[in-house]
Amino acid sequence: MDTIKPGQKARVLEVQGGWGLRQKLSELGIFPEQIVTIATTSLWRGPVLVEVNSNEVALGRGVARKVVVEVVS
Amino acid sequence: MIIAMAGQPNSGKSTLFNQVAGYKTVTSNFPGKTVKYTKTTVRFSGEVMEIVDLPGTYSLTSFDLAEVEARKYLLKKEADVVVNVVDASLLSRSLELTIQITELDVPMVLCLNMMDEAERKGIHIDTGLLEDILGMPVVPAVAVKGKGIREVFQAAIETAQTREKPKKIEYSRDIEEVVQTLERKLEEESHKLKIPSRLLSLKLLENDHYFLRYVTTPQVLEMIKEYQGKLEDRHGKPSDVVISSERHAQAMNIFEQAATVTEPEISMRDRLDDVLMHKYLGYISLGVILYVFFNVVFGAGQIVESYILDLFESVIPHLSLYLGGISLKLVEGLIEGFAGGVGIVLPYLVPFLIGLAILEDIGYLPRIAFLMDTFLHRIGLHGKAIIPVILGYGCTVPAVMATRILESDRDRFITAAISTMIPCAARTTIILGLVAFFISANAALVVYIFNLAVIVVLGLILSRFMPEITPGLILEMPSYHVPSVRSVLLKTWLRVREFIYIAWPFLIGGSILLSFMNYVGLDSYVNTILSPLTLLLGLPTAVGVTLVFGILKKELSLVMLMQALGTSRLLEVLTTTQILTFTVFVIFYIPCVATLGVLAREFGAKRMGYITVMTTGVAVLLALLVRVGGMIL
Repeated sequence: MDTIKPGQKARVLEVQGGWGLRQKLSELGIFPEQIVTIATTSLWRGPVLVEVNSNEVALGRGVARKVVVEVVS
Repeated sequence: MIIAMAGQPNSGKSTLFNQVAGYKTVTSNFPGKTVKYTKTTVRFSGEVMEIVDLPGTYSLTSFDLAEVEARKYLLKKEADVVVNVVDASLLSRSLELTIQITELDVPMVLCLNMMDEAERKGIHIDTGLLEDILGMPVVPAVAVKGKGIREVFQAAIETAQTREKPKKIEYSRDIEEVVQTLERKLEEESHKLKIPSRLLSLKLLENDHYFLRYVTTPQVLEMIKEYQGKLEDRHGKPSDVVISSERHAQAMNIFEQAATVTEPEISMRDRLDDVLMHKYLGYISLGVILYVFFNVVFGAGQIVESYILDLFESVIPHLSLYLGGISLKLVEGLIEGFAGGVGIVLPYLVPFLIGLAILEDIGYLPRIAFLMDTFLHRIGLHGKAIIPVILGYGCTVPAVMATRILESDRDRFITAAISTMIPCAARTTIILGLVAFFISANAALVVYIFNLAVIVVLGLILSRFMPEITPGLILEMPSYHVPSVRSVLLKTWLRVREFIYIAWPFLIGGSILLSFMNYVGLDSYVNTILSPLTLLLGLPTAVGVTLVFGILKKELSLVMLMQALGTSRLLEVLTTTQILTFTVFVIFYIPCVATLGVLAREFGAKRMGYITVMTTGVAVLLALLVRVGGMIL
């Protein structure tokens, strides 16, 4: 997810990493099959802002990298 | 009757709570500001109720200390009814927690808060239908505007009396089969642990570490593994993903039945983030906002300070006409202490707290966390750590408490350690009252920047000593809200009241005590003991005693300084270097007693000791640096 450009939509394929991260992101609506929009990215490998179900969630770059997504048009 | 309010972070539990409790807990627009639960007793249509405001939690699986607190309370099942407060504009996601609370098998009421926001987002909810599906009263509300409050508590009382429990939410057949078989097998365990068997089975299938710790018999653990395996084989996914996906699906299903979604209204508020969260513009706006913020606070404070101090200064000479000896000394002490409160602390504290309250209620704090994340990563923390740091500019005690929003213990400790060195309102009054007032406003700004630089360096050093990887930022961005004047003023009052009731008596008492010590000559002993330090820093020995008082309350140092040196026109007795040295030392050395107390409670006496030693060491070193710097220039 950390390589997606702002404004693009993507489908979540998998959340890599342990049980904790998977559960935490799932609570915020980021789980497989969910469509998300990247709202903003930031400089110097800073966090990304993800829009999911008309709600925004900020993810640190390291966290975002663990979310595998595919771009949908 | 006990009514517990549970819900996801930032759903408005505290706002609802305050509507009935009077203003008891601080509300803000950022997820996770309630870190401990607050109780209140109120009388409502003839019933005496105890209302408990729990910290927000996304689910019954918890990650940070605040969430653990909420879950622990809910599992105790003390409450006669649980009011599940949800942000109606996030209904589908919020229902996932609702489903889990129904599994606790307690009487429930659903409060659909922020209905206006939901309508704005184009979400129209049929409350009657939702009531039928869930089998519990559903009450719409707009807590900030006081709408629906009475109805929520009315419904809560009725439900507590009938003890009617919500409907069970059925999962898909194949999952339900596994869950129910396990439920039967866990009956004995469930009875022993006093956790409803359905909740226990689901949590164990989800591999929840907290619930797994309760299970001690190896056979049962073996059995749980077997059932987890069944789910994994059937769905080809880890068992926790199977259960959480099912919960998403059920929540979505209920949402789709009970709500219709139309196009959201696009308002100015949605466009705001295009600037405030922008790659470059975001930082420029942050700079401008903070610049304006501090200028207004400084400006407002300075105008008031000089007037009030002059007023008191002119009173003192007249006193000797009426009083003499010890009584004159004591009254002088009383007046100086009183003047310190109204003249030095309040002029800066009040505008600062109003400004902070406005930024909080708008919802800007989480945005700062987002913008600062990349920098904080460089010192081994993540964005959320900025929230305790910002609160630290108000008071260190809530800042240390706020570290509970961080997930890892290491992050909490480092953040708490650096938060204690942030100039709180008390120390701000010292910077403003000494540096800005006697030297210049720009010099005060330099002190702040110097302070930040030191904190960054210390953060780096602490991270080196505790080289653990920070879990990374995961933070919800709440929508912007227009702050209500009432909420801002009440919150400011709540915080100022702390000062008036707790700190001010200290100031006055300390000031009288110092007068007394001075009269009997006791202060010179203290000064002699501390003279190695004051000599090292090149300060007058009379300053020694003020530093001791400063540990009680930081602003005491300033009031005491004027007392000890016998004038509020400090430039007559101190050089600018001495003023700077004193200020720098006071900013960094030993945190005040209240902070030491909260540190000991949150981190233990040993780690409180580390912070004390570290801050004092840093203070001596930096004050020396200022002294040497002053000599060279």
